[in-house]
Amino acid sequence: MEKKEDNQQEEEQVVNPWEVSGKDGGKIDYDKLIDKFGCQKLDQSFIDRVERLTSRPPHVFLRRGVFFAHRDFNEILDAYERGDKFYLYTGRGPSSEALHLGHLVPFMFTKYLQDAFKVPLVIQLTDDEKCMWKNLSVEESQRLARENAKDIIACGFDISRTFIFSDFDYVGGAFYKNMVKVAKCVTYNKAVGIFGFTGEDHIGKVSFPPVQAAPSFPSSFPHLFSGKDDLLCLIPCAIDQDPYFRMTRDVAPRIGYHKPALIEASFFPALQGETGKMSASDPNSAIYVTDSAKDINYKVNKHAYTGGQESMEKHRQYGANLEVDIPIKYLSFFLEDDAELEHIKKDYGAGRMLTGEVKKRLIEVLTELVERHRTARAAVTDETVDAFMAVRPLPNMFD
Amino acid sequence: MGYSKDQLLVRLKELQIDFSQYEHPVVLTVEAQAKYVGNMGGALSKNLFLKDKKNRYYIVSALGDTKVDLKVLSQRLGLGKGGLRMAPEETLVEILQVPLGCVTPFAVVNESARHVSLLLDQGFRTHERCFFHPLSNDMSISLDACGLDNFLKSIGRDPSYVDLEANPPVGKDQPPDLAAYVPSVSTVLPDLPEKAPSSQNSIGNHVSAAINSAAVTAKVVKPAGNVQNVKEKSVNGVRPLFPAADVGKFVEQLLDRASALLLSEISEDSIKQHGGQLGAEVANNIKKCLREDLKNLATIFKNTAYTEGFYTGTHYQPKRL
Repeated sequence: MEKKEDNQQEEEQVVNPWEVSGKDGGKIDYDKLIDKFGCQKLDQSFIDRVERLTSRPPHVFLRRGVFFAHRDFNEILDAYERGDKFYLYTGRGPSSEALHLGHLVPFMFTKYLQDAFKVPLVIQLTDDEKCMWKNLSVEESQRLARENAKDIIACGFDISRTFIFSDFDYVGGAFYKNMVKVAKCVTYNKAVGIFGFTGEDHIGKVSFPPVQAAPSFPSSFPHLFSGKDDLLCLIPCAIDQDPYFRMTRDVAPRIGYHKPALIEASFFPALQGETGKMSASDPNSAIYVTDSAKDINYKVNKHAYTGGQESMEKHRQYGANLEVDIPIKYLSFFLEDDAELEHIKKDYGAGRMLTGEVKKRLIEVLTELVERHRTARAAVTDETVDAFMAVRPLPNMFD
Repeated sequence: MGYSKDQLLVRLKELQIDFSQYEHPVVLTVEAQAKYVGNMGGALSKNLFLKDKKNRYYIVSALGDTKVDLKVLSQRLGLGKGGLRMAPEETLVEILQVPLGCVTPFAVVNESARHVSLLLDQGFRTHERCFFHPLSNDMSISLDACGLDNFLKSIGRDPSYVDLEANPPVGKDQPPDLAAYVPSVSTVLPDLPEKAPSSQNSIGNHVSAAINSAAVTAKVVKPAGNVQNVKEKSVNGVRPLFPAADVGKFVEQLLDRASALLLSEISEDSIKQHGGQLGAEVANNIKKCLREDLKNLATIFKNTAYTEGFYTGTHYQPKRL
């Protein structure tokens, strides 16, 4: 996928499914992004409403503004209040065996949504996309899809309401019919405009977007939603996936379907700082789910970018720069206790708490998280994956 | 029982695969073989029977002068450095059902070798004919790569050739290029006092009858444990397919968590602080702290039980009408 060099002014930030970079290599401006993309900000009233409707505390990612933007989430909540349920759709492009915490964020949130609203979920593994974009063999991408499925399952999805599928396995039948319906509504020029294809890109790439659009429509899953053509769909994803679903929402009414709703997350920062790139080839840029307690200790201590001052005296005097401090950012993702986080931010910002102490707390939190994931992962066998991926009825999916 | 040399030759003829055969005294090495058929216009092959740390087996069949570096191969398969070694001699007989010095791609015709991965040197394709042992080392047969392919296809194997000398980088962004060759099933040799016939040795997913063996109680794996732990325990020669949803273990896990939390909540300080109200305070805290943790454990349990049911449901034999 070539960079959209012609469309992009040098100064602008770039956010699309294949590239994310801030203006002048700096931080991402999320308000600008919301403006540019045309989605809505998720404000406190939403969070309160979710708490009320689900009778449980809202997820930490909502409270901390990790999931910060949406499209038509209010429609979903309205329908839910009326007694009309919805289903969830999320996915992963299985490009590598190693998953890091950033990869888990949308899945952790989706699990919360599934539990809180008691709704079914479809998870798409875009092995075909990775085969095409990363030039993997078909077998390798299928194998990675299954491996990634294990980590996804370890996030705790309810097997009696979750259907995981890989494109190579599932595309066909009703799903393919919807793909064609979508494809007919998007001209080549439009696709170039949205995704930046060039004359050098192979036709596989050009024909991929309908594959990611199709799961937004319940009729793509006749074994699950037959007779429920009116069922709404909510898509939790990272905001760089917005172009796919802008296209889908544009097409939906033209083919007689409801537009899918979206709830979007900001990006998970690399260990070396917001401006750093999380790269699969640099193991020190992220915490992986396979990291040992020792690895986590090492990575946070040696590689986390902090906002602490250079010397103890300076730090006590000026306090830490919370804006750029990665341990604080990571804690805001993963430290459940709001009061404790506030306290740490206050003390660290005022210089009363040292970087080392903040890092220590982060290491505790991350280690516990990764441990829990590993335990769950160890219990997932090939047969569990087979069961999740089987085209089977889910009779209790709304209970 | 294992295929015999004669059965193989008959089969090749049936498939109309063109080959030439040469009898000679028993040879155990490529050098010895070369003395007899080295000048017969075919390339000699060297065949390695390898095993990894998870009891998965591989036949690497290469031209005599192709350099095969086990360390590189191990990395390309995604087994890390040093993950591959020569398989012990007994396994040759048990799994490949060929004598020592007789490893050959043809050995995969045997049921016992169904999960052995086969890596063929792409160099075979550039030679008109190549020599292999036809399941016995008192004969060598030469055939071309097409012929070998046809044979492999006839037994349901996908013939694929690999550049064995390549040494591509393997890292987090470059997945091991040969990872697809790693068998999905490990071959665990049973320690039965008497040898069961090879069809029942079929280790792997096709063991519906044997599932009934009551002792399928693999442990629910400990934290930080090896993901593959479960698959390697073998009871009565049968690999249990998945951890059973063990109610006892599950309850123990819940109780462990709860009592650990209780112990941490009740201390001299907390007694002083809350006095008679300590009970209510602790009860509240336990609910708050444990809720998510216990839900996670319960979800794992539920998924395991469902998987058991799913597997059983897809493998049951419908009533005869």
